[in-house]
Amino acid sequence: MQRVGVFVCWCGSNIAGTVDVKAVAEALKSEPGVVFSTDYQYMCSQAGQDMIKNAVKEHNLTGIVVCSCSPRMHEATFRKTAAAAGLNPYMVEIANIREQCSWVHKDMLSGTEKAIILGKAAVAKVNLNAPLTPGESPVTKRALVIGGGIAGIQTALDIADAGFPVDIVEKKPTIGGKMAQLDKTFPTLDCAACILTPKMVDVAQNDKIRIFSYSEVTDVQGFVGNFDVTIKKNARYVKEDICTGCGACVDKCPMKRIPNEFNLGMDNRPAIYIPFAQAVPKVATIDPNACNMLKNGKCGLCAKVCTAGAIDYTQKDEYIEEKYGAIVVATGFNPISMDKFDEFAYSQSKDVITSLEFERLTNAAGPSAGKLLRPSDGEHPHTIVFVQCVGSRCESCAEKGKEYCSKICCMYTAKHAMLTRDKYPDTEVYVFYIDVRTPGKNFDEFYRRAVEEYGVKYVKGMVGKITPEGKKLKVQASDLLANKQLHIDADLVVLAAAIEPDKSARPLATMLTASMDTNDFFTEAHPKLRPVESPTAGVFLSGACQGPKDIPETVSQAGAAASKVIGLLAKDKLTGNPCVAGSNELICNGCSSCANVCPYGAISYEDKEFRMPDRTTKVRRIAVVNPAVCQGCGACTVTCPSGAMDLKGFANLQIMAEVDAICK
Amino acid sequence: MQVNEYKPLIVAFCCNWCSYAGADLAGNNRLAYPADVKIIRVPCSCRVNPMFILRAFQRGADGVIICGCHPGDCHYTSGNYYTRRRMAALFSMLDFLGIERERTRVEWVSAAEGAKFAATMNDFVEKVTALGENKRLEDLRCKK
Amino acid sequence: MNNKYLQEEIVRISGVNVSKCMRCGKCSATCPAYDEMEYHPHQFVNMVENGEIEPLLNSESLYKCLSCFACIDRCPRGVQPAKVVEAVRLTAIRKQGNNHLKADDIPAIIDDETPQQLLVSAFRKYTK
Repeated sequence: MQRVGVFVCWCGSNIAGTVDVKAVAEALKSEPGVVFSTDYQYMCSQAGQDMIKNAVKEHNLTGIVVCSCSPRMHEATFRKTAAAAGLNPYMVEIANIREQCSWVHKDMLSGTEKAIILGKAAVAKVNLNAPLTPGESPVTKRALVIGGGIAGIQTALDIADAGFPVDIVEKKPTIGGKMAQLDKTFPTLDCAACILTPKMVDVAQNDKIRIFSYSEVTDVQGFVGNFDVTIKKNARYVKEDICTGCGACVDKCPMKRIPNEFNLGMDNRPAIYIPFAQAVPKVATIDPNACNMLKNGKCGLCAKVCTAGAIDYTQKDEYIEEKYGAIVVATGFNPISMDKFDEFAYSQSKDVITSLEFERLTNAAGPSAGKLLRPSDGEHPHTIVFVQCVGSRCESCAEKGKEYCSKICCMYTAKHAMLTRDKYPDTEVYVFYIDVRTPGKNFDEFYRRAVEEYGVKYVKGMVGKITPEGKKLKVQASDLLANKQLHIDADLVVLAAAIEPDKSARPLATMLTASMDTNDFFTEAHPKLRPVESPTAGVFLSGACQGPKDIPETVSQAGAAASKVIGLLAKDKLTGNPCVAGSNELICNGCSSCANVCPYGAISYEDKEFRMPDRTTKVRRIAVVNPAVCQGCGACTVTCPSGAMDLKGFANLQIMAEVDAICK
Repeated sequence: MQVNEYKPLIVAFCCNWCSYAGADLAGNNRLAYPADVKIIRVPCSCRVNPMFILRAFQRGADGVIICGCHPGDCHYTSGNYYTRRRMAALFSMLDFLGIERERTRVEWVSAAEGAKFAATMNDFVEKVTALGENKRLEDLRCKK
Repeated sequence: MNNKYLQEEIVRISGVNVSKCMRCGKCSATCPAYDEMEYHPHQFVNMVENGEIEPLLNSESLYKCLSCFACIDRCPRGVQPAKVVEAVRLTAIRKQGNNHLKADDIPAIIDDETPQQLLVSAFRKYTK
């Protein structure tokens, strides 16, 4: 039996005005376990706290009930008081008789009555309290960033800047991501490479940052502060530390007709390649599906021309295991496939391209060296039609499009249209839009400039059909404002394809037990207040993996994620919340119901040997809660069919006792 | 005030992050609601085991209300979705047992909705008062 | 007959939720009979949403829609404009004496190459 002390606070007249505090203290005296009961004007004052401390010593109290304001206000205060008196801080319960009693009830009689009942409930609960100690776990002071685009780069740089080591895992042979493929950036028209490549060099030169390029995360175990991650370094058949990136092998390779992914297949690359001139790390990679030496054992030309001796045809995939304290997901996005949008003839004509392909076409380092030429015949296009919202805001076509707005298309289409009119004033540029969405600093001004200064023809309406006819593309569209159907003979059509999260995101989310929405975007811990954290402790989100974003937003989110990581890594030990779930292994039957509802992946299963009544031993599967990961929501406790799962601090019996006390 | 006026006994389960804070806000703003409502704090509305509600009815509660964060705003991401489903199942069972649907309720009250909390409680108490005393689900063993 | 009744009737017959339309105009962009029509597919959806049914009921556009369903196929919101047109057409021809195609009209428009099937379809579509 506990020895409970009850302390009723007057809060000046805040409580005492509507509640007869003396009567409350008196009534609670006779409750089971209560050995001491008193009232005082201000319990939270130093004198009030001293009163509690003295009473603990004098009456040998094991539990404290404070009838006062909301626990959201002073629970922490009274827990500290208890700890100072040598009591476990979790042996304190608060009866909220101010916000939820005296302040909302005018009548002294009913107010007092209710305060007594609330006090009784708190006494009933504290009688079943057990001392709780928050778990502590060490923090591995190293962060992992998954994805080497601008989001990952910025996060890594910021974390490294605070002095913590960071590893970047990038599945492509180079970091840089989508931004490296872009030509100019809106709304300032900075060249993307000019602002990105210095950052890539910073990453390469930072001694706190390691880059695992051409690598993937294959396994994640552990929890916040203590992740064990397995990274698969794909064999690139070139020794990274020896290769100087001179490019002699690239020039000599005879297999020159492999579609170049970096230019989205609009030109070719050899079997051994460096994606682009400013690649980081600037190391050649052999495409094993194209290399004759690797496929048939015939050739070996690159090894002959490599003066550094970096080529190694026998290289194998390598698995690296590393410990991390925090993981940042920065897996980014891709444009969706246009193959299913038959009406836009994307797969029928080379001259129907996506916006990302257009970026490469206008990029000075692109397949046409920056000249805007039709992919089919290399001629200069005179009429260009841009189509917005291709696959975005598409509710009915879930199998080909996306329901959400892709956010960036309005602005990059305005940019494309403006740049085209700027470089080639003889071209006619049409943009078909449903809505032009330009919230953002200087965004709407930018769009208006495209219309007013550069003479881009914005048409409210959608393109319904594109038919290739000879060298032309017959575009049939509607102009809703003029209430006309338009027929345009275009030379080039650019589709602003919807963007979707990278395909690698979903398996990664499973590994991280991080939650995702139906569109495979990572879910944030709170949509407004915790936008860069995943609900899974220790996992942070950066960039478009969380939702469509432009570059400024991505960079600011990357910085925010980095600061959260730094905050975590700066701690030597993590103190958990002791009010976590726990499974009674004697009752648990290992059914997995609890693990299915746990939003944090805190529950795992292990096989444990039990001694049976007949003196045999039996191995049974039981649930085990990781207290460092559990956040204490209690979803599992209700779902457990056998009643094995319970929540410390809010145990079944405790809440039941409160119900009983209230309903007495 | 009449001496014999019927006072219902209402148990309210409030999640710590939204509704309990909403109830505090109602207090801060001095928005009155009947003293018949007794609040029990739970970490999340999904912590409310249907057993607690049955127990309350066994012990003579006239109404039970569960308050949680708005769908999509749960502090624990998905807890209130579980609440919604579980309570839908439980309430239809209570229907079957003969407990009026008006005696049980799930409401979403955010930490900013003190006024909604008070209004909800006023409305709920009024509805339950109109139904009168709940006699249908008392544990006879407790009566002796 | 008030517009509200007609509007509800058309929504009921078509089973289309007209408020899902986001005014992109892809239905009209895709429509092969656009130039023949006084009111275009997107206007049908819009006008039904606004309760302007009378002009539609009296419009020749009702009989210009080929029911090719291209608009249904391409509408990004799943609004199904052709079904709205069909519902308005049905509302029109269901009125007493409002059959769009009468047996007497046929000899004038028929020739040797007109397939039987076409007549059957036309009757099904244009008469009560």
